[in-house]
Amino acid sequence: MSTELHDLGVAALGQALASRQVSATELAGTLLARQAALDSQCGPSSLGAYLAVDAEATLAQARRADQRRADGESGPLLGVPIAHKDIFVTRDWPTTAGSKMLAGYRSPFDATVVERLAAAGTVTLGKLNCDEFAMGSSNEHSAFFPARNPWDLSRIPGGSSGGSAVAVAARLAPAATGTDTGGSIRQPAAFCGITGIKPTYGVCSRYGMVAFASSLDQAGVMARSAEDCALLLGAMSGFDERDATSAERPPQDYRAQMLAPRDGASASRPLAGLRIGLPAEFFPPALAADVNGALRGALAALEKLGATLVDVSLPRTALAIPVYYVIAPAEASSNLSRFDGVRYGHRAEPHGDLMDLYKKSRSEGFGPEVQRRIVIGTYVLSHGYYDAYYLQAQKLRRMIADDFSRCFAERCDVIAGPVAPSVAWKIGERSDDPVQDYLADIFTLPASLAGLPGMSVPAGFGEAGLPVGLQLIGRHFAEGQLLHVAHALQQATDWHLRSPK
Amino acid sequence: MNTLAQAQAPLQAPPIRGWEVVIGLETHAQLSTASKIFSGAATRFGAAPNTQACAVDLALPGTLPVMNKGAVERAIVFGLAVGARIAPQSVFARKNYFYPDLPKGYQISQYEVPVVQGGRVEFMLDGHRRSVRLTRAHLEEDAGKSLHEDFAGCSGIDLNRAGTPLLEIVSEPDMRSSAEAVEYARALHTLVVWLGICDGNMQEGSFRCDANVSVRRPGAPFGTRREIKNLNSFRFLQQAIDSEIQWQIDRLEDGLSIEQATVLFDPDSGETRAMRSKEDAQDYRYFPDPDLPPLAIAPDWIDRVRATMPEMPGAMAERFQRDDGLPAYDAAMMTTSRAQARCYEALRAACGAPKLAANWLMGDVAKKLNAAGLDIEHMPVPVAVLGALIRRVADGVVSHNGARSLFDLLWAGDSGHDVDALIESRGLKQMNDTSALQAIVDSVIASNAKSVDEFRAGKDKAFNALVGQVMKASQGKANPAQAGDLLRKALGAG
Repeated sequence: MSTELHDLGVAALGQALASRQVSATELAGTLLARQAALDSQCGPSSLGAYLAVDAEATLAQARRADQRRADGESGPLLGVPIAHKDIFVTRDWPTTAGSKMLAGYRSPFDATVVERLAAAGTVTLGKLNCDEFAMGSSNEHSAFFPARNPWDLSRIPGGSSGGSAVAVAARLAPAATGTDTGGSIRQPAAFCGITGIKPTYGVCSRYGMVAFASSLDQAGVMARSAEDCALLLGAMSGFDERDATSAERPPQDYRAQMLAPRDGASASRPLAGLRIGLPAEFFPPALAADVNGALRGALAALEKLGATLVDVSLPRTALAIPVYYVIAPAEASSNLSRFDGVRYGHRAEPHGDLMDLYKKSRSEGFGPEVQRRIVIGTYVLSHGYYDAYYLQAQKLRRMIADDFSRCFAERCDVIAGPVAPSVAWKIGERSDDPVQDYLADIFTLPASLAGLPGMSVPAGFGEAGLPVGLQLIGRHFAEGQLLHVAHALQQATDWHLRSPK
Repeated sequence: MNTLAQAQAPLQAPPIRGWEVVIGLETHAQLSTASKIFSGAATRFGAAPNTQACAVDLALPGTLPVMNKGAVERAIVFGLAVGARIAPQSVFARKNYFYPDLPKGYQISQYEVPVVQGGRVEFMLDGHRRSVRLTRAHLEEDAGKSLHEDFAGCSGIDLNRAGTPLLEIVSEPDMRSSAEAVEYARALHTLVVWLGICDGNMQEGSFRCDANVSVRRPGAPFGTRREIKNLNSFRFLQQAIDSEIQWQIDRLEDGLSIEQATVLFDPDSGETRAMRSKEDAQDYRYFPDPDLPPLAIAPDWIDRVRATMPEMPGAMAERFQRDDGLPAYDAAMMTTSRAQARCYEALRAACGAPKLAANWLMGDVAKKLNAAGLDIEHMPVPVAVLGALIRRVADGVVSHNGARSLFDLLWAGDSGHDVDALIESRGLKQMNDTSALQAIVDSVIASNAKSVDEFRAGKDKAFNALVGQVMKASQGKANPAQAGDLLRKALGAG
């Protein structure tokens, strides 16, 4: 083959495997070798993508995939290697959630998402770096080491699914799972120039995801194209009786939905009739000029494909930040109570009485950002503050969702805007100012609070050649439509095909 | 709701040392589901530590709770039985606190919106019908168990109980004496066992009460209450409340005040002691559990559950009085448990004599079951066989005494279960031939002149001696009533 194996995406690899040009075992071996060469886990020249690699376990899975094919099985994902964010628990690899609290922890079961992808034949390459318990947007809050942006190793890759974005962008893996609570798939996908989708809340089971904020957490995919995302999302999603919040819907063929032509569409104008809403609040003066410029180019491309751009308003966009930073820490403070040093995870030794065991184990095991959010969350749930903070935030959350509903009912089919106000920043640049980090989530939080599906699609490059992402937000369960729009854009442009040096 | 509209004034119990007692109970009934409230692990009692705790119960990372429908249905059954409102939407909340036997660091419980709202429990107290209003009943999970005794220098944790489904039944402060509290608790216990939603085993902790107790001068507003935790027998419940009442009155009469507190009852000393005061009450940071959508109960689900409910004991007792002609007492005794009622109904059908069936169950059967330590479901004599025996008593084929000795044989079980054959082979068939019996009566009168004279002189005892002689001469086959009739006639007293 002319291109190298590691340059191929999921769909292409599926075809190469199906035509027996390559075996799953060879493919896994190639990517493991590339990982060993580029991602040695320490030093400023390392990508810092993986937290756990186990070549034996990967190759065993690859051999099983080859055996399944020899036994007559087929399928677009059979033998395709992928990697998992270290938020998904796995039997065969340790799961840390990027925290010292869980260093060396081995789950006795696989997350539903992991299980379903394995059933579809994927081969796991390893576990990917992330901000501790998915709290952060730079991957600097990994308790082990930061992941680095392959477009510029001195910059952050975004977070919390930073390792996932790095692995896919640096061609260490054709695709990876991620999780998104307030933008953790979309923002690193944008910063690393790849495609990421966070589906509607409830589309993917949360069973086996180390919980951060239960009412917001959602699994998704990060890959190099909309088509690759569609293939993986179809395999990993669907109702799961082990998650009471998972949506009871029949299995979806997202690739078919992505390819299905719209009414009134033509080959040159596949998006004819599609109304794309541009919220005024998503294009404020503070939006970096290079980001704005790149987005305008992508929007022009969409217009050329037949879409109509319409002005809309999401008036409560700015409220999303305080609302999110009340609700998410509140849920986190409770979700993280189980890490108490009693049954598993870090236990401080020596310790005094029970209270001392709790205090020491949790102070040592949790990093500063996690502790900060536990304190915030505990505060807003406390007696006398609950109504003023948590209950108020829940009311505003509903109003934010209503803003979207109104837009979709009256003005547009899809909403578009930036993923982040700027391109990726330098490692260490903001570590003294957590609020600065929180403010940068402004464009991703609203869709998370409303439970809506969102995508980040490569939209060109900004300052210093760094990638810019276009965010697409759809109606509930409109993943197929978002993928359709992204696919149309990717058929007409090549931003998603560019790779870092 | 009309049941609440009918709220009656609390019974005026005599004041204690001039103080009126006010009691409300919070009762935890363990629901009889095979698996836990939010996981698939078994709920069996007595398994080796931590063998009935799955990943969800251990709160391993990534696990999520899923509602057990069986627990919800049991709550619905309870709500219907006490005439409560079943909430169409109720909410699970997290009660956050750290303790080693609480794996998640929070307990899932219903807080602001419980599944069962209102209702009442009725019972008899000193011959008066009493009714205690219920505030609510809500679903929650139990915690695990800390074992402090068996380990030197550290504590053991057994998570088998973690996640066991509980229905917490909260009463209004309607009770005015420890006796009334106990009768309420007994009635509640009988009810949940009757409904089949709780096994009622108090030793194993399946049914336990917290008692909120306060005292006040009659007519004064409620006093400050203290809550006695975890009372797992009716006797302890009564003792604990009585001791708490005396303690509170002593304190108030010494001019001191009562502080709101949680207390424990020590059965050895018979006293209550404070566990924690209101000041160190924890802030549980309740909030709706985002892992569990609101519990929605549609009317058709309630209808389906209602269709599976057993006939209630009161209705059943009325039916036994009306259809079977049982006295009220007997009817009540036949409905003390579902097993008892089932047995009575089968026995009545088998023998055709309802009153005799009830007599046997209250008398000989109860006595032998008690002596053997068995419950009615494990009676060694099949109900059909006992029914055949009672039918022969009703027919006059066998005397009650004869039947009793046959019952012993049937109980022992080594003589077979053919009642008629046993009556034959044991020679217990009553003599129904009047001429043969008349001959015996005549000969007894002839050979017992002394007794005859005494009877004629007015000594009733002498008559019984003559009947005894007839029974003896007939080798017990005579029908004693018939023998008496013939004797009276022969002695000219008939």
